[in-house]
Amino acid sequence: MDSSVLRAYGDRQGDGMVQMSFVLQVAPSARAREAAKRFAEKHGLKEPLVATMEECAKGYSYFVVYGHSVHSVDFSEIDVPEVRTESLSRTEIEERIKSQFGRKLVVVGACTGSDAHTVGIDAILNYKGYAGDKGLESYKGFDVYNLGAQVENEQLAARARALKADAILVSQVITQRNCHKENAQALIDFLRAEGWRKDVVLLLGGPRIDHKLALELGFDAGFGTGTKVADVASFILERLEQIGVPHK
Amino acid sequence: MASVPVDLGQVEQCRKIASDIADDVQKYIDRHTSVGVERTMLRAFGAEGVDDQGVPIANVAVDRYHRAGLLSRGISTLVAAELLSGATTIQDAAERLAFGVALEESALKITPEQVRATLKPHTDAAIARIDAARIQRQATKASYPPVSNPLKYVIVATGNIYDDALQTKAAAFAGADIVAVIRATAQSLLDYVPQGATTEGYGGTFATQENFKIIRRAADEASVEFGRYIHQTNYSSGLCMSEIAWMGAVERLDMLLNDAMYGILFRDINMCRNFIDQYVSRRIIARAKIVINTGEDNYLTTSDAVEKAHTVLSSQFINEAFAHRAGLTDDLLGLGHAYEIDPKLEDSFLLEIAQAQLIRQIFASHPIKWMPPTKHKTGDIFHSHVHDAMFNLVGITTNQSIELLGMFSEAIHNPMLVDRYLSLKATRYVFSTCKHLGDEIEFKPDGRIAKRAVQVLDEALTLLREVERDSIWESIGNGAFADVKRTRTGGRGFAGVLERAHDYANPILEVLERGA
Repeated sequence: MDSSVLRAYGDRQGDGMVQMSFVLQVAPSARAREAAKRFAEKHGLKEPLVATMEECAKGYSYFVVYGHSVHSVDFSEIDVPEVRTESLSRTEIEERIKSQFGRKLVVVGACTGSDAHTVGIDAILNYKGYAGDKGLESYKGFDVYNLGAQVENEQLAARARALKADAILVSQVITQRNCHKENAQALIDFLRAEGWRKDVVLLLGGPRIDHKLALELGFDAGFGTGTKVADVASFILERLEQIGVPHK
Repeated sequence: MASVPVDLGQVEQCRKIASDIADDVQKYIDRHTSVGVERTMLRAFGAEGVDDQGVPIANVAVDRYHRAGLLSRGISTLVAAELLSGATTIQDAAERLAFGVALEESALKITPEQVRATLKPHTDAAIARIDAARIQRQATKASYPPVSNPLKYVIVATGNIYDDALQTKAAAFAGADIVAVIRATAQSLLDYVPQGATTEGYGGTFATQENFKIIRRAADEASVEFGRYIHQTNYSSGLCMSEIAWMGAVERLDMLLNDAMYGILFRDINMCRNFIDQYVSRRIIARAKIVINTGEDNYLTTSDAVEKAHTVLSSQFINEAFAHRAGLTDDLLGLGHAYEIDPKLEDSFLLEIAQAQLIRQIFASHPIKWMPPTKHKTGDIFHSHVHDAMFNLVGITTNQSIELLGMFSEAIHNPMLVDRYLSLKATRYVFSTCKHLGDEIEFKPDGRIAKRAVQVLDEALTLLREVERDSIWESIGNGAFADVKRTRTGGRGFAGVLERAHDYANPILEVLERGA
C-alpha cells in the first residue's frame, strides 16, 4: 500500500474506522435508526454501526455512529503554506533586536470589531502570557500596546500609526457567519487605502485562523491555537528584516 | 458535613471594609445621574417607540435635553413640565421632549414637589407594573415543585431570537432549570437598547424588550410541558444596565447578570457611569426580586486562578456591599466564582474544592453561582467533557446554588443543541450519583484544602485593606482586579454622566429607595 495514501486508522492498518455524531430532526424509532445508517453511508461509511440513538430534544435524535470510511487522501498532493520562520529562543530574539534594529520594536494588538474575547491576544502580548510562556511584554526588545477588546479597525489603525507600530496583531475569536474574515479584511483595506500597509507587519490570530486564511486575507501570517510567543516574535523579526525596517 | 475552617472575625472585617469602600462610592452616586438612568425613568413612565431612524424616543429626548444642559434636573422634571404645559399623556410628553418645541424657561420653574405631585399617578403606575410582574412570576414559580441545588444553567446564543426560543425548549427538555440568552458581543457598548425582535447577532442575540417576551413565552410553555419552572436570564450590564434591568423586571425575568465593576474592568465602561448605573439597576432589580449573577469568574480568565483566587472573594464582598446599598437582600445575590485553575497543575482539584467550599460557607444564604472551566479548554472535546465532570463534582459536593454548565465544545463554537444535551446528561449523572457526598465527607482540619481556604480568606482581607487605603477608584487604576487598569474619567460613556442639580427630581427612584 502506498504510504502517502492516508486512511482513518482504527486499530489496524487500512480499516478506515471513524466515529461520527450528529443530530437528525426526527424522534428515535427503528426508521430513524435506519435513516442515521443511510446518512452515515452517504458520508462514505461502510457497515455503519449506530451505537447510540437518543432523543436530545423533542423530535430530535442524537446519534453516535461507527463505520469504515472508504475515503482516503493522497498526502503527497498536499501543499499547505506554513509559517516557515525558525523559532528563535528568547535570548536570540533579544540579541537580534539589539543588533539588527538597535531599538525596541513597537507591537500593537487588539481584538477588533465586536469581538470581546481577549484570552488569545492576552496570551501573546501580556507579560503574564499563558501556561508559563510569557508574552511579548516580557521581552526587553518589544514595546507592547494591547488595546484590548472590541476595538474598531479605524481606532486600531490610528493608534498603530501614532505609535509608529512595527507590527499589528489582530485577534479574532468570534467566527459566526464569517464575521472574522470580513472584519480582518476591512482592516487590510483600510490600511491599503491609507497607503501604509507595506510598512508594517500584520498578523492575524485566533482559534479558527490558520496561515493560509491569513495570507488570503492579505495578512503576513496567521497563528492558530497552540502558538508560542517566540513563534510570533521570530516571525515579526524575520519579516521586518525582509521589509528592511530602518533603525528609526 | 464537609467544611473548611473560616475565621468569622476575618469575614466580619472583610464585610466592614467592603461597606466602607461602597459608602465612599455611594456618596458620589447619590449626587449624580446618567443618560442611561434618565432613559430608564422615561421608559418606566411608559414612553415607547423609536424615531424614523430607529433611535428610541427615550434616547432622543434624553440626549436632546442633555445637550441643552437641562438634564441635571432629571427627565422626570422635564416630563412634568410638558404635562403641565399641555401634554395629554406620558407618550405625548415624551414625543414633545424628543421632537417638539423646546420647553420654555418659564415651564421649568417648577419645584421637585410639583414634579412629584404632577407625576404621582404615573409613578404609582410605573411601580405597580414592576410589582405586578413580580407577583405573577412568583406565583407561576410557586405553582411548580421546588428544584434542588445546584440549579442547572445553560446558555443559548444563536443570534436569532426564534432559534433561541426553540433551543430554550430543547434545553428544558434535556433538564435545564435556567436558560440565558447570551447577548450579541458588542451590545454592552451600545448606548441604546435596540427595538423589536431581532434575528441577526454575532456571538449572541440582542437583548430587547420584545426578545425578552419571546423567550419568556417559550420558557413558560416549556414549564407547562415539562412540569418544572424554567428560569429566564439575561444581561443587565454595559451602557444600558439600568434600562435592561427595568425591561427584565417588567418582562418577568428571573435572573440578570449584574455586577458593580464588571463593565469597568472588562468592557472599559467609565467607572463613574458604571457605579451610577449599577446602583439604579439594582434598585429596580431589588423591587422585582430578581436574582443577580455577578461576574467575578471573569477575573480568573484574565488573571491566574491560583495567584488571584482571593481577588474573587474580595470582589464578592464589594459586590455584596454595593448590592445592600441598593436594597438587594442576600437571597438575591448570586455571587460568581469559577473553576478556572490550570488542570495540568497537581492537586488543582483540591484548590478548586477549597475555593468553592470557602465561598459556600461565607455566603451561606446567597444563591452563589458556580462557573465552568473555559480558559484551559481546548478543541479536544472528549477531554473537555471529563474536565466538566470534575467541575460538576465540585459543584454538587460543595452545594453550589446555581451552576452554569460547562460545554465540551467551549473552545470551538457557541454550544449546539446536542452539546447542551450531552452536558446536561453528564451533569445529571454526577449530581445524582453524588447527591449527598458533601454530607458524608470531612476535610482534614490541617489538610491541603483547609490550608488553602484559610490562605484565600487571609489574602482577600489584605487586598480589601489595600483597596480601602487607596479607595476603589485608585485600586481599579492600579489593576487590583483582573490585572486591568482603568481611570476615573477614561472609558466609554463618561459624557453621559452628570451631576444632579440641587432641584433634581426622580420620583420613581425615590419610591424604589423608600421601598414602600
